[in-house]
Amino acid sequence: MRFSVTVFPGSNCDHDCEYVVRNVMGQPVEMVWHKETDLKDPDCVVVPGGFSYGDYLRTGAIARFSPVMRSVADFAAKGGLVIGICNGFQILCEAGLLPGALLRNKTLKFICQSVHVRVEETDTPFTNACSKGQALKIPIAHGEGNYFIDPEGLKKLKDNRQVVVRYCDPKGALTQEANPNGSLDSIAGICNLKRNVFGLMPHPDRSGEDVLGSSDGKFLWNSILSATAVGR
Amino acid sequence: MTSGIMDVEITEKVIREHGLKPDEYDRIVKILGRKPNITELGLYSVMWSEHCGYKHSRALLKTLPTKGPRVLQGPGENAGIVDIGEGWAVAFKVESHNHPSAIEPYQGAATGVGGILRDIFTMGARPVANLNSLRFGPLTDPKVKRLFSGVVHGIADYGNCMGIPTVAGEVVFDPSYSENCLVNAMSVGLVRHDQIIRGKATGVGNAVIYIGATTGRDGIHGATFASIELTDESTEKRSAVQVADPFMEKLLMEATLELIHGDLLVGIQDMGAAGLTCSTSEMAYRGGAGIEIDVALVPQREKGMTPYEILLSESQERMLLVAKPGCETKVHDILAKWDLHAATIGKVTDTGRMVVKEKGKVVADVPADSLADAPIYHPAKSEPAILKKHREFDEASVPVPAQMGPILEKLLADPSIASKRWVYRQYDHMVRSNTLVRPGSDAAVIRVKGTTMGLAMAIDGLGSYCALDPYEGAKIVVAESARNIACTGAEPIGMTDCLNFGSPEKPEVFHYFDRVIAGLGDACRAFNIPITGGNVSLYNENPTGAIDPTPIVGMMGLLADAGKSVTQWFKKEGDAVYLLGEIGDSIGGSRYLQVVHGKKTGKCPSLDLDKEAKLHQALRAAIGKGLLQSAHDCSDGGFAVALAECCITGATHEREALGVKATLPGAGRMDGRLFGEAQSRALVSCEPSKSGELEGLLKASGVPWAKVGSVGGKALVLEGALELPLGTASELFFGAIEKVMES
Repeated sequence: MRFSVTVFPGSNCDHDCEYVVRNVMGQPVEMVWHKETDLKDPDCVVVPGGFSYGDYLRTGAIARFSPVMRSVADFAAKGGLVIGICNGFQILCEAGLLPGALLRNKTLKFICQSVHVRVEETDTPFTNACSKGQALKIPIAHGEGNYFIDPEGLKKLKDNRQVVVRYCDPKGALTQEANPNGSLDSIAGICNLKRNVFGLMPHPDRSGEDVLGSSDGKFLWNSILSATAVGR
Repeated sequence: MTSGIMDVEITEKVIREHGLKPDEYDRIVKILGRKPNITELGLYSVMWSEHCGYKHSRALLKTLPTKGPRVLQGPGENAGIVDIGEGWAVAFKVESHNHPSAIEPYQGAATGVGGILRDIFTMGARPVANLNSLRFGPLTDPKVKRLFSGVVHGIADYGNCMGIPTVAGEVVFDPSYSENCLVNAMSVGLVRHDQIIRGKATGVGNAVIYIGATTGRDGIHGATFASIELTDESTEKRSAVQVADPFMEKLLMEATLELIHGDLLVGIQDMGAAGLTCSTSEMAYRGGAGIEIDVALVPQREKGMTPYEILLSESQERMLLVAKPGCETKVHDILAKWDLHAATIGKVTDTGRMVVKEKGKVVADVPADSLADAPIYHPAKSEPAILKKHREFDEASVPVPAQMGPILEKLLADPSIASKRWVYRQYDHMVRSNTLVRPGSDAAVIRVKGTTMGLAMAIDGLGSYCALDPYEGAKIVVAESARNIACTGAEPIGMTDCLNFGSPEKPEVFHYFDRVIAGLGDACRAFNIPITGGNVSLYNENPTGAIDPTPIVGMMGLLADAGKSVTQWFKKEGDAVYLLGEIGDSIGGSRYLQVVHGKKTGKCPSLDLDKEAKLHQALRAAIGKGLLQSAHDCSDGGFAVALAECCITGATHEREALGVKATLPGAGRMDGRLFGEAQSRALVSCEPSKSGELEGLLKASGVPWAKVGSVGGKALVLEGALELPLGTASELFFGAIEKVMES
């Protein structure tokens, strides 16, 4: 299947996404510059981590206006798969493709460490290879990953089973200590109503190989592969 | 206003305020055959400063070993480069940003990272890892808390935004740095041999192109500027410290690498210290050419800047490049892609002169090589009386404590020994998905994608040893860093150093400098490690005195098979634990003596270079054969602290703590055996089934060794000496800094 990775001038996980898709998962991947509008006919678009345009204003606030994001929005509207990782998640929220917002971590500091997330929903194209309740070990690295949404929005997310992954301890329990950034309801990743757009703060691009400390990220990549194997 | 500046009369006061001595001024007059104008005086002032001209240190630096079969670029360029095989090379360098960080910790540290990153990508190398070495006063001082927090935040924000993982570092808290913190930043990059580029200007008529941020009044050398401030009201607006813009640097890095890899450039140089002055004159000098620029063409942030200000500005995130003939359009296309400012500001000439114009009118005209040729001094030196006192310190006067457990607890919670997790959690240390060994082990390891190779890297400094015995201390710094590399299984292939000292014009300080250089040189020669570049930071002192002499070394190691690298923590219950090297019982110069008894003195541990080299060889051989589960350098805090670290630091990689049951080898005073800092030691663990083979290897290696125990249980048990539950040890070790900083 074909992946396209969007590249903003301040993207810095674009190489990692390219590497895991091409070298670990063995799939073709195209890099799409932020000034372009042609996504190069992908099955799945990856919006990678980084600092899109420096993010001095607010993470992802400027990226949403870029030419490439207009194409990503069109692609998503037609049902195409879009996964936003870290800054990519922030951009998808800013662009309105996902609800809610990512605030500064409760510690007010950047946090880089391995965490665990519990798979809450498996009927998404991004988690279908996981089992419900499975704890995945995936690292985080962000300063603004504190997920927030108003009570009404949270209710909708829950009613529609859009909370896909939550921070948990290694055994899968939701504890306060296991929630690294203060995210509401321990939310680490969500999908849209149509379930074809997924954003998460942890990095499956950095957890595709055991030598890096975990290959649990492959559960997500494998999910995407099997989802598209079924057909668009 | 321009004319106002140009009219400044060159008085003795103006010369002095530019940091130039009368005979240096005479030398300038002789070079020019006339009196310099104020702009020219400014050029010589910055280029002949210690920072750029190394006038007090150069003679001694020349004694250091800089050559080796792998060295592709030694000192004198933006960064050293060492061959690692398969067409790849590694560029690396360490640099100080002490003074700016002391004034404004966040911006000072951030721009320090920015500066060293530019040095790396200017060589054509893509930065793949950052390291840093920090020194502050005691953490109990609220001012230190603010500095420490700001420096870490600045380093984090810059490296994280750039997407370069910060993989290793060290932090020491000691009263010697109370008024002068040290911030040394190191960067490492990978480059293909055929894409290495240098900072030279050649080819008469080639365009000199300025790219990156606009030039403002920030960072203009305060001291050198003082005389003009009075005559120029606009200078009141300048800020003393440069301001960091990591996003601009990211654009600059990507564009620069694209230009270099597209083979469009003759040469490129970053604008760091001394800004445009340094980049133009050095490029001309290295290329054996001349250079002519017009400052009116330089993109400016503020109105009404004088040639003096434009030339001396240290605004960040700027580069100067010389395009290949006919490539100018392609260069501008790439810069436009990255939305970067670019301006052709001049051309390469064959005059050998650096000519600066303002709207066509010459404002400075000096021989380019004379700027790079600062006077060389041989300062007086004399051994400080205190060194004899340290050597003659009577250890027997220190009572041996009755209980050893509480002492281990105290040392594990000492901020200099304790885990730096609070620091490295703020650094993205995984981006680029190459980090195989993260911060928290003896050395970090990153892989080189597309090969089986790995790079091991560490940065170390031991100011307190150097204060007791600068020669022995400097040898130990190199040995410890190389040992950290050896503990991963890697071979050291190159070193960079940052020499942080007080004023070289004080004979006692220069004695330290002289002996430290001798120690660094001897150790590097013994281990065959070339020094490929570095930096000197002098005048780190205040009215109460100078800092401890603090050479910081950054060590680069190579692993043929990155997958075989070993970490410091225990892996499995039942594994056998060995001490390589001799236990010793001296407490001289130890962290224990300082923290527990309040005495920063004693005889510095001595180092036998031959024994040390054998230890490294044995470690590499054992790891290469897959015999070791873990290997850890025994350093500050001694045997007991090292053993505790083997038990608990696996938490860095989400491993459970593993206890140990061991006996304390050796004879003599127990505190010395537990906490003394004898050199050339490492703690290793090995699967029981491989013990025989390991012991055979050790016997043949000539390294003394002892089997001290086995991994297992939930406590660190040293029979007859102490017992500490792992929970307590972890809480103290991981919590010490966090508790202070989050309170």
